[in-house]
Formats: sequence, C-alpha cells, structure tokens
Amino acid sequence: MGASSMSIVVVALIFLFLFRESAPFVRDPGISSLAGSRWVPVSFTKQLFGIGPLVTGSALVTLLATLVALPFGVCSAIYIAEFAGPFEREILKPFIELLAAIPSVVLGFFGLAIVAPLVKSGFGLSSGLTALTGALVLALMAIPTIISISEDAIRNVPRSYREASIALGASEVQTVMRVTTPAALSGIFAAVTLGMGRVIGETMAVLMVTGNAAIMSLSPFDPARTMTATIAAEMGEVTYGSEHYQALFCVGLILLSATFALNLAAQRVLARHTRNG
Amino acid sequence: MRTITVLAVAAVVLATLTSGCGPSNQPKNAAPGQPQHITIKGSDTMVQLVTAWVESYMKTNPSADISVTGGGSGTGISALLNKTTDICSSSREMSEKEITQATQNGVKLRQVDVARDGLAVIVNPANPLNELTLEQLGKIYTGASAQWKDLGGPDGEIIVLSRESSSGTYVFFQEHVLKKQDYSPKARLLPTTSAIVQSVGDDALAIGYVGLGYAAEAGAKVKVLSIKADAAAPGVVPSEKAVLDGSYSIARPLYFYVNDPANKTIDTFIQFCLGAGGQKIVREIGYVPVK
Repeated sequence: MGASSMSIVVVALIFLFLFRESAPFVRDPGISSLAGSRWVPVSFTKQLFGIGPLVTGSALVTLLATLVALPFGVCSAIYIAEFAGPFEREILKPFIELLAAIPSVVLGFFGLAIVAPLVKSGFGLSSGLTALTGALVLALMAIPTIISISEDAIRNVPRSYREASIALGASEVQTVMRVTTPAALSGIFAAVTLGMGRVIGETMAVLMVTGNAAIMSLSPFDPARTMTATIAAEMGEVTYGSEHYQALFCVGLILLSATFALNLAAQRVLARHTRNG
Repeated sequence: MRTITVLAVAAVVLATLTSGCGPSNQPKNAAPGQPQHITIKGSDTMVQLVTAWVESYMKTNPSADISVTGGGSGTGISALLNKTTDICSSSREMSEKEITQATQNGVKLRQVDVARDGLAVIVNPANPLNELTLEQLGKIYTGASAQWKDLGGPDGEIIVLSRESSSGTYVFFQEHVLKKQDYSPKARLLPTTSAIVQSVGDDALAIGYVGLGYAAEAGAKVKVLSIKADAAAPGVVPSEKAVLDGSYSIARPLYFYVNDPANKTIDTFIQFCLGAGGQKIVREIGYVPVK
C-alpha cells in the first residue's frame, strides 16, 4: 500500500515541479508567446519560443506511427489469438516482447543507418531525415504494446460468443471478423491508445532520425522537431532559471498532460471493457 | 521490510550529503602527491582532445583523478557557473550574458587558450562545387539561398545540416558565418557530428559543417570545400597552416575556463596541456597547436 501510493505522490510531485518551473514564463513573456510558429531558442537578435512547430511535429509523427502500427499490430494480435497454434504462439510471443525491450538508442541507430536511406530511395527524396522515418521507427516501438494488449482483449472474449457463432453456421473467419474482434474492440482501442502514449513520449529515436527542423509542416516527407527531441537536445545547455529553461518546462508540461490524458482514456476504456466482458 | 526502507533512506541521505561537497569545496593548494579530483566538462568537440591529455597526464601523475564529460560548451559553461565542474572546456568564447551570470554567481573567470580548431564545410562527393565565399555559405544557412543551381551546384534544393543548438559549434558558426542572423528554420539539426558526416555522405544535395579532424577522418566519404573570405579572395582549403596563419576564415580557438584562483592540481594540469607534450597531442588529435 505504501509503495503503491508512493507512485501517486511522485506523479503529483512531478506535475507540481513542472508547474513551478514553468510558471514564471507564463507571467513574464506571457503564455501568448508560446502560441507562435517559430522556435528560435538561440539567437543573437531575438529568442522566440513558439511551440507551434513542436506540437505539429509531435502530432504528425505520432499520427503517422499509429497509422503504420495499427493495422500491423491488430492483425498480428488477431492471428496470434485466433489462428496460431500453441507452438507458433510459444515462438511469436517472446520475440514480440523482445522487440519492446530493444533500447530506443539502438532503434535510433538502426533508423539512421537503415530506415532513413530506405525512405530516401523509396520515395525519391533528397534526404531520409523526415517525419516519416521517425514514424516508422516509432511504429516498431508501438507494435509490441498494441499486439500484447489487443491479444489479451481478444482472448478475453467469452468462449460462448465464439461457440454460438459457429453453431449458427458462421465460418471461423466470419466469427473472428464479425463477432470476436468487435467484442474486443474497446480493448483494442485501449491498446492503440497506450501505444500512442509510448510513441509521443519517445525521445532518443526521434532525435536521431527526424531531422529536427522546427518548421510547421504536415508533410510526412519534411523534417519534424518533436517536443521530446527539443527537450532532450536543449535542456543540457540552458542556464538554470532562464527564459529558455522555463519555456522547455512549459513544453514538458504540455507533453506530460498529453501522455497523461492518453493513458487515462485508455485505462477508462479498459476498465469498462473488463467490467462488461 | 521497514528496516530495509529505513536503511535505503539512510543510504540516500548519506550519499546526498557526501556528494553535496562539490569540487569548489576542495581544499586549495593541497600538498602535492595527494590524490586530487578534477572534473572537466563542456565542449563535445574537445572531449577527444581532453581525454587524450588526461590519459597522458595520468601516466606521469598517477595520483591525479580527473573525470571528463561532454554535453556541449553551453553545458560546461553553465556547470562552471553553477560550480559543479572545476574546468569548463569550451569551443566558443563566453557570451556577455554568461559573463554577467558568472559575476552574479561569484565566479571569477580565467580564460586559457589551449588549441585551435578549424571548421570544414563538407558536401557530398557527387557535388561538382569546389568553393564557396563566406557570404554564400551564410546565405545557405540563413535560408536566403535555397537552390544549389544559383551557386553553381547541381539541380535541387539544398539540404542544410547543422549541429543542435546546444553545441558550441552551432553558436560559433552562427556568429562567424551567419553574422549573428538566425538559422533557417528548415535547417536539420543533428545531435552528433558523426550523424552529419553520415548524412552528407548519403545525400547528394546536403551540406554540413564539422571539425577539421572529423573531416580528415571521414576521408573520401565527403568533399571538403575551399572557403573564400570574400568574392575577390582566393579559395582556401582548411589546413593546420591556414588555420594558424589566419588565412582560413572558419577557425576558432578552443578554451579552458576556470574559477580563479584555481587550486594547484588544476593549474598543474593546465600547464601540462600548454607544454610541449600537451601541444604535441593537440596535433595528433587533428587540431592546431597554439604554441
């Protein structure tokens, strides 16, 4: 009990700390200066802290990664839960879990050396350091989360549903597509949301492969600067208490709120799912 | 269970207390021969050089205990200002803002010029271009020139690569080549020098800047451009001689900053770096000696 409530205290303290460090920025240059479309933290003329490009970058990379990971993850989950034999499952499950255990720096190297050149030649671009490259690497990280939670959800669908469907003359494929998967839909939704949470908070891999140009662009073939990469790249250099330091804490606060909201949404759906299932 | 918790808390408290005695609390002018700890933090460009110095120094002074970390010149400078490092290695001069901050924090700065570095501008070997003026280069990085064709290069948009804004190289380049203007927002900021070499080697339309030593190491993977100080001046290939005699335009001194007066261990180490042995190492690493 003590240990588990400890983690609640820690989360609350982190929120409090972020609020405290970013509050002076809201007071002095004002929250409106965050709304700009230029992020120029190091300048001899005028520093600008518009988080538009960073939010756009994070959103773009996260959405693209989800678009890639979703079909992959859900199809694999359905296959493992419904069609794979016990032997296949014994092999597939540990390897998928291993994918989740690869350190993100290693995936970043892999992205820089392998995925970036592939994206470049595959789409005829002049550089492979794009939002899409980052999304592909991040999809690799989201897939294990999506697979293992979706698979649990599908397997939790009561046997009676399946048996009733087959007894009514439906084929195995029809049963999976029309009965089991729809029944597990809320669990799958939660899985995808948690996967997104992992993607939006990921730092090292995106820092290495997305090119980190702070531009407002929705094209997957342009570089993107995410909120996480910005904090990771710049936090080491800022002077304690400076405007730049406070601006980075504002970015951190927005990021934490986003992941917090995603996790909360996923958990609510999961809770409802287990109650009904 | 409770005992373990108490023990763990005690350990943490103890660790905090002992590590709280930062380097600035060390006794000054301790007797020679005593093991003494020095921390050096700062420029990523200088990590290789500083590490080589430390290794060589520790051969003759086995009692010395020196730790070296990178993180960027800005990181090292803020560490010196916050008194969490003894020596800050920096590949740029301190800004006025940082000097003011030092005074506020009660840090009296001493600047030591320990070596020189030239920045090489690199492009893909397939790029037919051989030289650029400093002004053209500045325009590429501010985004005023976006097409290679306007500069006599291949067809296509220039892929501008730079180091991250926490790097001393970023600020040095901004000051001397961009003439203090802002970088183009389209410039891709890469976290490491090796990532820049890799991308320039891969992308036919890319341009980047790296330390002279790194460019030499990259060999035929990239092409080093000659730089003209202005349109009338001759193009100069970056070399040790050109950096020292000042004919190459994109060169910079590398500094140590310490809180003055420094203790004897720190001073002895700096004397070693500036001595014949230390300056020989500078050349071996690929930088230019100052003496």
